[in-house]
Amino acid sequence: MSILNSKIPEGPLAEKWSRHKAGIKVVSPANKRKLDIIVVGTGLGGASAAASLAELGYNVKAFCYQDSPRRAHSIAAQGGINAAKNYQNDNDSVFRLFYDTIKGGDYRSREANVYRLAEVSPNIIDQCVAQGVPFGREYGGLLANRSFGGVLVSRTFYARGQTGQQLLLGAYQAMNRQIDKGNVEMYSRHEMLDVVIVDGKARGIIARDLVTGEIKRFGAHAVVVATGGYGNVFFLSTNAMGSNGSAAWQCYKKGAFFANPCFVQIHPTCIPVHGDQQSKLTLMSESLRNDGRVWVPKKKEDAEKLRKGEIGPNDIAEDDRDFYLERRYPSYGNLVPRDVASRAAKERCDEGFGVNAEGKAVYLDFKYAIERLGKDVIKARYGNLFQMYEKITDVDPYKEPMMIYPAIHYSMGGSWVDYNLMTTVSGLYSIGEANFSDHGANRLGASALMQGLADGYFVLPYTIGDYLANEIMTPKADTNTPEFEEAEKAVTSRIEKLYNIKGSKPVDYFHKKLGQVMWDYVGMSRNEEGLKKAVQLIREIRDEFWKDVKVPGELDNLNPELEKAGRVADFFDIGELMALDALNRNESCGGHFREESVTEDGEAKRNDKSFTYVSSWEYKGEGQEPVLHKEDLVFENVELTQRSYK
Amino acid sequence: MADKILKKLNIKVWRQKNAADKGRFETYTIENISTGSSFLEMLDILNDKLIIDGQDPIAFDHDCREGICGTCSLYINGRPHGPDTEVTTCQLHMRKFNDGETITIEPWRAKAFPVIKDLVVDRTAFEKILRAGGFISVNTGGVPDANAIPVPYEDAEESMDAAACIGCGACVAACKNSSAMLFVSAKVSHLAKLPQGKVEAKKRARRMVAKMDELGFGGCTNTGACEVECPKSISITNIARLNREYLLARFSE
Amino acid sequence: MSKFLTASIGRKFIMGVSGLFLVVFIAVHLTVNILLIFDDSGELFNQAAHFMGTNPVVKIMEPLLGIGFLVHILWSFFLEYQNWKARPVKYDRKSSGVSSTWTSRNMLVLGALVLVFLIVHVLQFFWVIKFNPESMNSVIIGGEEMEDTYSLVAGLFRSSVAYDLFYIVGGILLGFHLSHGFWSGFQTLGLSNKHWISRLQVLGKIFSVIVAIGFSIIPLYFLIKF
Repeated sequence: MSILNSKIPEGPLAEKWSRHKAGIKVVSPANKRKLDIIVVGTGLGGASAAASLAELGYNVKAFCYQDSPRRAHSIAAQGGINAAKNYQNDNDSVFRLFYDTIKGGDYRSREANVYRLAEVSPNIIDQCVAQGVPFGREYGGLLANRSFGGVLVSRTFYARGQTGQQLLLGAYQAMNRQIDKGNVEMYSRHEMLDVVIVDGKARGIIARDLVTGEIKRFGAHAVVVATGGYGNVFFLSTNAMGSNGSAAWQCYKKGAFFANPCFVQIHPTCIPVHGDQQSKLTLMSESLRNDGRVWVPKKKEDAEKLRKGEIGPNDIAEDDRDFYLERRYPSYGNLVPRDVASRAAKERCDEGFGVNAEGKAVYLDFKYAIERLGKDVIKARYGNLFQMYEKITDVDPYKEPMMIYPAIHYSMGGSWVDYNLMTTVSGLYSIGEANFSDHGANRLGASALMQGLADGYFVLPYTIGDYLANEIMTPKADTNTPEFEEAEKAVTSRIEKLYNIKGSKPVDYFHKKLGQVMWDYVGMSRNEEGLKKAVQLIREIRDEFWKDVKVPGELDNLNPELEKAGRVADFFDIGELMALDALNRNESCGGHFREESVTEDGEAKRNDKSFTYVSSWEYKGEGQEPVLHKEDLVFENVELTQRSYK
Repeated sequence: MADKILKKLNIKVWRQKNAADKGRFETYTIENISTGSSFLEMLDILNDKLIIDGQDPIAFDHDCREGICGTCSLYINGRPHGPDTEVTTCQLHMRKFNDGETITIEPWRAKAFPVIKDLVVDRTAFEKILRAGGFISVNTGGVPDANAIPVPYEDAEESMDAAACIGCGACVAACKNSSAMLFVSAKVSHLAKLPQGKVEAKKRARRMVAKMDELGFGGCTNTGACEVECPKSISITNIARLNREYLLARFSE
Repeated sequence: MSKFLTASIGRKFIMGVSGLFLVVFIAVHLTVNILLIFDDSGELFNQAAHFMGTNPVVKIMEPLLGIGFLVHILWSFFLEYQNWKARPVKYDRKSSGVSSTWTSRNMLVLGALVLVFLIVHVLQFFWVIKFNPESMNSVIIGGEEMEDTYSLVAGLFRSSVAYDLFYIVGGILLGFHLSHGFWSGFQTLGLSNKHWISRLQVLGKIFSVIVAIGFSIIPLYFLIKF
């Protein structure tokens, strides 16, 4: 029996959440006023949680490293948000959304959590509309839907190509209302650097004021971490420059297990890396694959000429184009899931068919769709994306095919949480992308927004009450206790240590090096040898970092390099754990592809017999091997099948 | 199309240690920048060079680097977000500059946006305005079905046009009066165009404008510079709507 | 009301209302003045001037007009000062021309120049007609005796090319001021939307061209003809 207790309620799947809600404790309004909650991160999860908790009457302190909570990276989500509304009368249902999500996650997520997610999804849309989110509508005035990523129904709600932005603004506005009322205290440009545990319970955080450099203590009755994913381990990703895994990592070091770290999603349609000066990758919405055809040249000599810039894509004859997705997966074609499309692109480029100077790009061609539908239709559908592409690459995608390549996009792994979204530390919660709970080994398109808001609006506000009901007699946290003292000291000494190395190379030098190792060995395709090598290389780079990094500026002033240094220091550790986790999971599932586990024709092969569990890692101290705890996944309502898109 | 190398650029940039410092311009030279690099990547390279040379790197705000978070904020060669249209600084690319050019980089200048360090300014004023009424007063839960109130297609589209604002502050930076009217009007329009937001539209307009005035932004003289420099092309017809909403709110008191 | 006047939009409302009021005045003024060039005998113009000078409605409007001018002028200096204060540290390098017209950015400059013109203009005509009518000749038109305003105007325009040029420049400056001011007034009052904004801008352009040409064609006419 594992020490992990997921607290999944008894009863039939469809009744678990209602039964659980009926059973959990509720805090009286008078007592809520006495309770403080810290929410770290103000993306969809954090902002919606902070707003909802404050509305209930709790005192909330919210933190974000950005200059405004509205800038959290949820804002960059383009496509949409799923909800089982069945507005299209196409036989969608809570169960169907649940089933698609479980299957899309390659059967590595918890049934009960995913079902709950699907169950509350319609409420999210209601809530957002009431808040003034301007979703796309039909001429009759009712909400419009689009279809998304390989599911059979049309259930994605959208606000042009800026759905994440609009949903975040909705949550942000709800939070602003509570700030105005004095129920939320907002700390912008503050970064959480540690969580403080008192008597086994999370009782506060240590944060750095990024403007003055002051290290501050904040106490509370519970701490909610909503700090997103750790995709920036790879240096180049679609995450924001500041996105980091440090908050979740400090929780891990304080006893919150870290689950499935090797599950990261690689998105197939990003603008390719070019040159060596690049800092960041830009996503092109998945919806483009609805009308674009993916190809590379059939002949290697054509690919070579393309790389040298001697010919352009339009010079390649029709018969010399290899529409490899259509060739390999005739039934799904260009619409295979993200992981499959990504690996297929990498395979072609590794074989020498890549089309940009670096040999790491494939074409996404709209010529055929323009011929079929006309330029106006394509412009109406993707105009803003085409404009963005042209601004970045200086190529007009109406005339020439886009170049795309896969990039790191989302982390399914994260802090281990139980059904109440509580980590293995009492009173410490993790929501949204920061936790591991709902997406298994692969996330479906338009589900990230759904999960962030489900957790923040409709799950956490209920489940946190169950814990806080027992804390009503606990006085406000005293931040002068030895535990706070010690935590602050540790934070300060780490900062000083980084600052005093005074080596010769900037932080980015090490981050890029780490990213390269991660991409080469812990990226789209992994094997035992490579993963072992990765662990070794990461340790070497980390040692070098701690000896030779140069952090300029001052400690008591705005110092972006210092912030980066702290985050990158944690990325080494996260990267190492990812490699260890990937090494342990000798199967191919979702975004995790082990070359040792493939079918005869080279497709991913899951191993349900040995790996139907959540890998949950426990920190054992600096330089110690972490310990793996397994939470077995039990499937009572769906049958495990191998995905096939042939 | 093919990227070229800009052999040498002079970067004239505002350096200011902190809010209390007086500040001054410094000029740096930088070599071998690809025209395919973004403007911020150029600054990254310059900063790495400064770090290695033992100097303090230039502080500037940035985050998503895909034009949506609204964090980046530079006034480049006399224009907010630099010499391109409908882009933020993070999407501005070096192909818009010429070899040997001197590029002037300044922070947003406005009384309401004090400089924190170098090119980083404090835009908390925007936060305060939105907190004063840029929302619809509904709690989580207990709301009607999403399709209970139909919203005319055109209204939803117009609302979305205004809601596209990323809160970067380019409108204030571009305006000769440092006016925040485009920003405020975008939020007022976004919500006023929807039946859900109509309910408290008057109160919203009154409170937000009062807060805007209190924070030291200038008034609008309809030059239209904000619309042209707005990376999301928010229209100044929103300002007309704000004027209308506000005046009606005042006259109905 | 005090709240209204301390609010930026309230203050602008005063500018917009007074401005649009002056636009109406200018339209009437131009209509009367243009008669100068349609009848060299001066009868038409003198009759119109007499009508304007004796009409009770105009009499009531006259002080209002004065207040309109005063408010519009004084208020503009106050607002410009307020706006100027909103940017304590100025930019080192500006490329404002890319995003807005020179006219729209320099309404105060244009307004001040128009004001200089206005002062001279008032002293030369309005002041004489109003407070020193004895210095003017009188004529009898249709059996009614009235001041020969035509002679006053025509005499000045014939007396020196400098006056003609001064009035031509004045008309053009006013036209530029209006090319932004016209639609801007509507915008400030909230009387614009996505359809009307371009219509109002076009109307404003047409109006300002008519005003500029209309007012400068009069001295030009005298300059060329006499």
